[in-house]
Amino acid sequence: MNRRETLKALFLASASTGIIATTGCSTSVNPNYRGKRVTWTSLDSTYSYGRTAVEKAHDQDLLQQSYFSEHELVTIATLCDIILPNEDPNGGALDAGVPDFVEFIVKEREIFKIPLRGGVMWLDNHSIEHYGANFINIAESQRLEICDQIAYPEVENTQLQPGIRFFSLMRDLTMTGYYTSELGFNDLGYQGNNPNTWDGVPASVLKRHGKQYDDEWLSKCVDQSRREIIAEWDDEMNLIT
Amino acid sequence: MAQDSYDVIIVGSGAGGGMATYQLANAGLKVALIEAGDFYDPAADEQRTQLRFPWESPRRGASTRRRPFGDFNACIGGWELDDEPFTTTEGTEFMWWRARMLGGRTNHWGRISLRFGPLDFKRQDSDGLGHNWPISYEDIKPYYDKVDKLIGVFGSNEGLYNDPDGFFLPAPKPRLHELYYIDGARKLGIPVIPARKSILTKRINNQRGVCFYCNQCDRACSVHADFSSSTSLIFPALNGGKVDLYTNSMVTEVTTDDTGKATGVLFINKKDRSLNNLLAKTVVLAASACSSARILLNSTSAQHPQGLGNSSGHVGRYLHDSTGASRAAFIPDLMDRDIYNEDGVGGMHVYTPWWLENANLDFPRGYHLEIGGGMRMPSYGFGFAVNQYNEFLGKKVGGYGKQLRDDIRRFFGARLSIACRGESIAQYDNYCELDPTMLDEWGMPVLRFNYNWTKNEIAQAKHMQETMEALLEASGGIPLGDRPGEDENFGLTKPGEIIHEVGTTRMGAESQTSVTNEFCQLHDASNVFIADAGPFVSQADKNPTWTILALAWRTSDYIVEQMNKRNI
Repeated sequence: MNRRETLKALFLASASTGIIATTGCSTSVNPNYRGKRVTWTSLDSTYSYGRTAVEKAHDQDLLQQSYFSEHELVTIATLCDIILPNEDPNGGALDAGVPDFVEFIVKEREIFKIPLRGGVMWLDNHSIEHYGANFINIAESQRLEICDQIAYPEVENTQLQPGIRFFSLMRDLTMTGYYTSELGFNDLGYQGNNPNTWDGVPASVLKRHGKQYDDEWLSKCVDQSRREIIAEWDDEMNLIT
Repeated sequence: MAQDSYDVIIVGSGAGGGMATYQLANAGLKVALIEAGDFYDPAADEQRTQLRFPWESPRRGASTRRRPFGDFNACIGGWELDDEPFTTTEGTEFMWWRARMLGGRTNHWGRISLRFGPLDFKRQDSDGLGHNWPISYEDIKPYYDKVDKLIGVFGSNEGLYNDPDGFFLPAPKPRLHELYYIDGARKLGIPVIPARKSILTKRINNQRGVCFYCNQCDRACSVHADFSSSTSLIFPALNGGKVDLYTNSMVTEVTTDDTGKATGVLFINKKDRSLNNLLAKTVVLAASACSSARILLNSTSAQHPQGLGNSSGHVGRYLHDSTGASRAAFIPDLMDRDIYNEDGVGGMHVYTPWWLENANLDFPRGYHLEIGGGMRMPSYGFGFAVNQYNEFLGKKVGGYGKQLRDDIRRFFGARLSIACRGESIAQYDNYCELDPTMLDEWGMPVLRFNYNWTKNEIAQAKHMQETMEALLEASGGIPLGDRPGEDENFGLTKPGEIIHEVGTTRMGAESQTSVTNEFCQLHDASNVFIADAGPFVSQADKNPTWTILALAWRTSDYIVEQMNKRNI
């Protein structure tokens, strides 16, 4: 997999400090700081997948821009980790570099920019109002209390609606970011995207679902042992090879 | 370059242009093939998107303006081109797909390859609407037969009168969700048969490979096991040595002499923006129905003041596209599936042809049903609304954490979808024309579209919705979302959206009401031919490609014959 296991050392102030902290780069942070680290796998910044010159330039342009502030990105990463936490053996959203994916996709899909930026702001305001600090600076248990309020779209609470919508969008992007990564493929157990010879549904699966192939249909299907023999037909349109 | 003279210039390298190139080059003619886009070969690794994993793209396969069918789709072009805008009249919602690459739209089509049937050429006789073709199924059947053998198509001989048998390769076995559909359709007495697609399930020659079942025909095949015009027709023709290929070359006009006959074409070299003149004895336009009409309308002269071939005023008229509607369902019996590789060929393995020919319905013409579903490769969007089906199970939707991993596995592949594709009635008042108020980047007036569905297409869409809902339920599904109502035209797609535009240069015996004769030869200029879907009189409830190929072959034979007789 094209990923570098580099760490983005971004620090969160602990809830006990009681301050509304901003985040900073590891290099500028006081070494005595008792913060919780949020680290995630960086995604590659070079891609090669059959692009035209115009597309290559467009991708490069997007990859070089940055949209989210560090604070926003740490908040997004914190949410990614809550939505899909690390679990053996296939890691979680942070291991799959999902915050980097979110950063890229909002540049690609501008329609997400305002809802995510506004969503982080809503989350901080809500957090300050109820717990006295912004989302990343409250206790883990307090963060989960908020998530329990906004993680269920069917809840009919007008005041919480903006948060519910934001969380749903974050869940969508986290899930798609993870399950389109190599870790996600392994987690799902996805078996395709490789050369093979399709010869029908496995017998055990047919049995489990109470389905079967009838002989008439099968008579129209490919005999995979003869696939390399060049096709010939008689004048009556019957395949004879 | 400007001094070169060819026997034939062919404009456009899609299905029709590719077939004309292959046939005319093999007949020994000196051919210039002109393509507005770049060279393309899916076997070249720098252009390959096949077998790539989603993480090889920063957007994970999401669609872009330049690749509306997804990041890994092979087709370069789209609904909006940076350099070639188009306009619409007030109230028209036409969508216009263009491919700008060698092979044209054959790089992304669904490979669904259906012969038109005997009824499809004579629809006016069935319902009094539209017009008959000047040819019948018997005229084109020998060419369908030859196309089957040359290009390869899997399917099955079912003895259906209006869905004729062919020289088929064997079909792939149905996937699990397709077995659910088969049982559902049979419960309702609706026929279901193996799909018919130009994918090589068996070898047809030593040049092209055999399908290795990656499900990615829309990414173009690196072993050339699916039909693309470039890989199956143009590369063999280029290897013959008498074809000059001009890429990045945008034809703007067909030039004519004092007698009104064509002398060649003008084109813009898009790399250096130069204007070039190429000479030939014969010109074949195969730029797609609307683009060929545009070139003709832009080719005005003293002999052709309304545009070449347009003395009837019919160029651009009778533009029509297939109708479409779709619906999906959640299949509870397909929850918690055993996971195995069920990629199969690109798209469906089974389909339902039109089955109500003689039924008493409140709309004319028919439609066929295309089946989708299965454990497809995750791509951008996979995992959105991850556990929405919990709604049907009395469980909570949403949440976070470990449970989401279970949800995504539980619902993976538990979906069945149906898309209908139907026949609309060609209308004189649905047309494209030059818009004199706007130019594209190459200095050519753009096309303006005027297109409205009639009550017939809307009534057909209503029937599609009823059918799909019944079939999804009979297959054990819970249809998703609400069935679209009258306020949404019953989910009827926009004109152009199905990318089956035909009819803009329709054929006919009468030069006052048609643009070409039955050999796709302009009534107004005997050495100009059309080899795309422009000459179609009616579209049928079938996909157009197989008929484009058969007609282009027939036209090519006629060109050779007429040249031998010194008639052109």
